[in-house]
Amino acid sequence: MNHDVFMAGFGGQGVLLIGNLLAYATILEGNNASYFPAYGVEKRGGAANCTVVMSDGAVGSPVVGEPEAALLMNPAAMEQFYPRVRKGGMALLNSSLIEDDGSSRSDLTLVRIPANEMALEIGDSRLVNMVMLGGYVEYSRVVARDALKEALKEVLPERNHRFLPMNHNALEAGAAFVREALA
Amino acid sequence: MTKRLFVKGNEAVAMGALEAGCRYYFGYPITPQSDIPEYISREMPALGGEFIQAESEIASINMLLGASACGARAMTSSSSPGISLKQEGISYMAGSECPGLIVNISRSGPGLGGIDASQADYFQATKGGGHGGYHIIVLAPASVQEMYDLTMHAFDLSDRYRVPAMILADAVIGQMKEALDPHPYKAPADLPPKDWALTGSGTREVNKVVKSLYLGVGELEQHNLKLHRKYAQMQEQEVRCEGYELEDAQLVVTAYGSTARIAHTAVRIARREGYKVGLLRPITLFPFPKQAYRDHTANGQKVLCVELNTGQMVDDVRLAVPQAEVDFYGRAPGAGSLPTPEEIFAQIRLHCEVH
Amino acid sequence: MKTEEMKQVFARPQALNPVQTHFCPGCQHGVIHRLVAQAMDAFDIQGQTIGVASVGCSVFLYGYFGIDVIEAPHGRAPAVATGAKRVHPRRPVFTYQGDGDLAAIGTSEILHTANRGEPITVIFVNNTTYGMTGGQMAPTTLPSQKTSTSPYGRDESKDGYPIKMTEILAGLEGTAYAARVAVDTPQRVIQAGKAIKKAFQTQVEDNRFAFVEVLSTCPTNWGMNPLEANARVAEEMIPYFPLGVFKDVSA
Repeated sequence: MNHDVFMAGFGGQGVLLIGNLLAYATILEGNNASYFPAYGVEKRGGAANCTVVMSDGAVGSPVVGEPEAALLMNPAAMEQFYPRVRKGGMALLNSSLIEDDGSSRSDLTLVRIPANEMALEIGDSRLVNMVMLGGYVEYSRVVARDALKEALKEVLPERNHRFLPMNHNALEAGAAFVREALA
Repeated sequence: MTKRLFVKGNEAVAMGALEAGCRYYFGYPITPQSDIPEYISREMPALGGEFIQAESEIASINMLLGASACGARAMTSSSSPGISLKQEGISYMAGSECPGLIVNISRSGPGLGGIDASQADYFQATKGGGHGGYHIIVLAPASVQEMYDLTMHAFDLSDRYRVPAMILADAVIGQMKEALDPHPYKAPADLPPKDWALTGSGTREVNKVVKSLYLGVGELEQHNLKLHRKYAQMQEQEVRCEGYELEDAQLVVTAYGSTARIAHTAVRIARREGYKVGLLRPITLFPFPKQAYRDHTANGQKVLCVELNTGQMVDDVRLAVPQAEVDFYGRAPGAGSLPTPEEIFAQIRLHCEVH
Repeated sequence: MKTEEMKQVFARPQALNPVQTHFCPGCQHGVIHRLVAQAMDAFDIQGQTIGVASVGCSVFLYGYFGIDVIEAPHGRAPAVATGAKRVHPRRPVFTYQGDGDLAAIGTSEILHTANRGEPITVIFVNNTTYGMTGGQMAPTTLPSQKTSTSPYGRDESKDGYPIKMTEILAGLEGTAYAARVAVDTPQRVIQAGKAIKKAFQTQVEDNRFAFVEVLSTCPTNWGMNPLEANARVAEEMIPYFPLGVFKDVSA
């Protein structure tokens, strides 16, 4: 098993959180993962992106030039990183914010997911990241959603555990959307 | 088995240091290594140790000198510009034979440079960054696990030889998170006692002195020769490196730390494409694994040295194997200059096909 | 008179080694060394004390005191002492620094060590010049004083003013004791001895930071004989660097 995914958006969208979560869940399942963040010098509002590399052997490079998959959460991320997705790979676009229909490439699997609307519907605009992550995991099958939920429980401080069901719903909704889109 | 953790490389350094019995930390904030003092400032009080956020890098390294002279396992950490400031103290520690750990999570330069990953401090680290012609032990971790393991090892080596030790990494290894198996520290049974350390003279006849000043005719020469004998002994006994797919390799890619990780994937891609390529990764940068280069170029293999700088370690490779063809591929450090596996693979292909 | 009837009124302090010093004739480091040794004797701490030598004429501290010594880089003695004190919090730790070391290259270290209230004792010897390097202008060189790097005399408009470290350090919360003394007369030697003893007491009994500035001579670099040099302390130095206790939280 060797997978890598690149996630990008702006600070506050929870990009780094889901990168963390994915890598941690991979480790919980007994595999290896690296999570490598890159963010602006400024602490808030800058661009945020990270790379997660997952393997059942040794993780090689924590950075990837042409990622196998990309979660692109805002127009800036789209513009900068969409062209870099590996041929035959997959791009998950947050169509709530990205107007570009992604049609400039026909050599990859493209799913446009209205993550902001879906998050609001589930009950909190901050769940955009979980919707995207649920979608990615459905596509890649790199970890079980249960592992993600387990990781989430460990990452979230106890006092925030009341938000777990809502996060689970977002993961499930993202997964269902991608399942349908790829069907 | 203890539970595998998921932590940053910087945190792994801090955890390894505390596990190895380091109870004194002196430092000054600088990106991208501040996770280290943050972690230690949080955990040290419960361990009964001391954490000082000093007024400068210069004060930090001198506090380290003082604590080390008193026999304690102690450390400081910083990033490139701060490490430059520490060079005076490192030279004094080397001269005074004070062990101690210096962590450099290096960033791009020269000057203020940037906060991005860089390997441009290789010369400074391995050639004696301060005045006077000394060396320190330099270890180059390439994973979060190694950040933990080599931090412990650095303390042991430093204590054994009474030579300061450096962990040389960068923002890639320091900021990335991976699985960590936090195994307990076990002190080597044969570590010599620190009978030279200051305790207050007590009832001793002769007071102990930790110093680097030798004015008598011939004294300093003898002292320097003693230091250099230790370096030679380390060269014999303490070299570490790792090979990957080297057996039938016709091209030996070599890199350390972050670029070794990137090159590892490049070699994997190249192998998939049928190229006979391997990776030689130095773990100790000083002492440098000269013999490994000799062994792996004995049958005319070529070497491609990859660094995140404009060519530093490649000099040591060329000195180790003057008969071999040694090429270099590097990127000058700075925002956006971290090479990708695909980029290094392209270099591998170029080298395999041209020759 | 029979010898057994003689009462001993003066002796080499225990903490001082029975060796000849390398100091120039008329230099007052020797007297100051004795006062420091007497203070260690007074608290019976020679066997525990760690000294931190600085760079300058006083670098050979370890030759003269029967104590453990670390030799610090130029100006860094307070930082080195901080590291030592944190490792040995029950051991008395002192630094012995000259004016170039403490008041120029080491201002950051002394200021912040005092500000942390690091429980150490600092002996600061001010002789208004760099002695060991050959009499260059020091941060404490007096206005118009000629040195090898102020051959026309210190010009305050360009060189700034002689720095008053005791006053500066007395202003810090972390400082428990700060005094300036001189050793140019027997009476002042006694006063200086008391101040140095107090500075050790502040550390040993109250676990606090103490600082004593001792005005001293450098006949060789001043181009004076010992008597002239000694006279200069009262004539030129004390008017600019007033003697006294500037801070004593125990008072």
